[in-house]
Amino acid sequence: MSAFLEVKNLTVSFPTEDGLVQASNDISFSVDRGETLAVVGESGSGKSVTSLAIMGLHNRQTTNINGSAVLNLESGPIDVISAPEEQVRRLRGKAMSMIFQDPMSALHPYYSIGDQLSEAWRLYNKGDKKAGFKRATEMLELVGIPDASKRVKEFPHQFSGGMRQRVMIAMALINNPALLIADEPTTALDVTVQSQILQLLKDMQKEFNMAVILITHDLGVVAEVADRVNVMYAGKIVEQGVADGIYYKPDHPYTIGLLNSIPRVDQLEGKRLIAIPGQPPSLINLPQGCSFRKRCTFADQVADNLCATIAPSLDMKENAHFSRCHLTEKQLVAARGGK
Amino acid sequence: MTQPILKVTGLKKHFPVSTGGVFSKGKGVVKAVDGVDLEIFPGQTIGLVGESGCGKTTVGRTVLKLYEPTAGTIEFNGEDITNLTPKQMKPRRSQMQMIFQDPFASLNPRQTVGTLIGNTFDIQKITPQGGKVEEIQRLMKRVGLNPEHINRYPHEFSGGQRQRIGVARAIALKPKLIVADEPVSALDVSIQAQVVNLLEDLQEEFNLSYLFVAHDLSVVQHISDRVVVMYLGKVMEDADKKDLFLNPRHPYTKALLSAVPVPDPKIGRARERIILQGDLPSPVNPPAGCVFNTRCWKAQDKCRTEVPELVQIQPGHKIACHFPEPASA
Repeated sequence: MSAFLEVKNLTVSFPTEDGLVQASNDISFSVDRGETLAVVGESGSGKSVTSLAIMGLHNRQTTNINGSAVLNLESGPIDVISAPEEQVRRLRGKAMSMIFQDPMSALHPYYSIGDQLSEAWRLYNKGDKKAGFKRATEMLELVGIPDASKRVKEFPHQFSGGMRQRVMIAMALINNPALLIADEPTTALDVTVQSQILQLLKDMQKEFNMAVILITHDLGVVAEVADRVNVMYAGKIVEQGVADGIYYKPDHPYTIGLLNSIPRVDQLEGKRLIAIPGQPPSLINLPQGCSFRKRCTFADQVADNLCATIAPSLDMKENAHFSRCHLTEKQLVAARGGK
Repeated sequence: MTQPILKVTGLKKHFPVSTGGVFSKGKGVVKAVDGVDLEIFPGQTIGLVGESGCGKTTVGRTVLKLYEPTAGTIEFNGEDITNLTPKQMKPRRSQMQMIFQDPFASLNPRQTVGTLIGNTFDIQKITPQGGKVEEIQRLMKRVGLNPEHINRYPHEFSGGQRQRIGVARAIALKPKLIVADEPVSALDVSIQAQVVNLLEDLQEEFNLSYLFVAHDLSVVQHISDRVVVMYLGKVMEDADKKDLFLNPRHPYTKALLSAVPVPDPKIGRARERIILQGDLPSPVNPPAGCVFNTRCWKAQDKCRTEVPELVQIQPGHKIACHFPEPASA
């Protein structure tokens, strides 16, 4: 039995005047229904580019996309990378759906919330506008908008940030998609509203038995919702595994560095943060060897200058835990501080 | 006891807004800041936290007199600066500086780094010892920039580097107080720690005081000595850092802390979370009584009619609540 979404060797690059931008490189992962996969990385690590490729939202004329992303639908598998655009369009909103970071710019300011929600519903269901509004009201109630029958007639500017994000979720879920990609859904929100939205996403996942890909840079949010995690750096997955493994036994110096560099609200000793030196490389001229090498404090421990010459492959370190690093297990234990 | 570098008493800042259409005469006010007290001592960092729209940025700007306060007093270094004119403020500004949130918007794209940092000397008509260019390069080096890049423009730098330019500009005149308004929230996680460490090092070196305005409680917890929690223009709780994070007494602080995600799956799953209902009410029309009563799970009739005063409930720990949470051991 294969997972609902299977991505294999997905590579996305953009030809530009300055050279080829290798935005995401050799990405492989799978997500099943009922499961939450978190994709963590800094800006430019390729996390959004990968998800847009899965949604079929890149311009195929100006983007080089290779590899496959197969949705295992009841009617049979479809590879969204090679399928005709018209076929992929009919999957969007129904088989797979996406929520974006900024709910203000993702909603149309001229149309009422009900208009926008019912348009999404009527695309795949027979029914007039009235039926659409009825369905829209139900969805708004489901995502916890009070007074839904009145608010369905209102416009985006009459909603607060958190409420707009609820509307976005309602719109994404109105046709019961099997896969939901949430791209930084709470980054623009305050913490108290963030916890409301994360709870809502968890509830909705249960209700619709969805596969969820959550894209974020916030390791706190990931810890709260993810079953499995992909850590991305400079267009590649550098570490992949179940959430507990990533947090308690990270196998890549970048993940170790990230976890060391964030202050935690539950640690009051005021220890100095251990910052990762330097900054991410340009995606046009990626360094030879490991992309993280120049910021890695352990690269000089690897024999034969291997990090500078050979890019490490994504190898299994232990059961279902993968990492792209030349360090030996013994060196990694030292890098983790003895753990 | 040393004298506070900044003492703010009963600070209010109200902005007029028109409540109706274009031609309506109806005027309302947004009470962005409505009675805030603050004290910052030399070498101390005060964290000012709250959700968007709570007035924390306005406090930061008003204490520097970038906004004229509506009421209250601001004392800087023992001197009342509340009613000073911009002209009178100018010589004092070298002592009080600001670091802004967005390193992409706060640097003039048509000026080189050298000009951006050097402007501070020109405005105050100061010639630094050893020459201006040398001093600019020394500052660049101090904040971790390559001094050879003095003739580069902001677009040639990454976000973290630009924020370092902002920091260099703020420390150029050796100020006593820096108001840092969300200085790391626009930066990537791996870069945030670099800038936080830089700010801490500079504080030690120059005995700087920071008013650190931010919404990220993890960063505030890390950098602050004291933390002030604001909600709808009012101070809800003001306490020593450890006291506030281990022993929050105001229901809002408690809810806010419980909402902060912790990067640890086991703790994250086990933690009890208080999920507040609804959103921040509009500051044009704040609720009567305690401003937090519409979202508070403990609210009673008294909370809807009587405004709670900010009172000290244990040494160094002030809250504004009729029904405080019990003190934990």
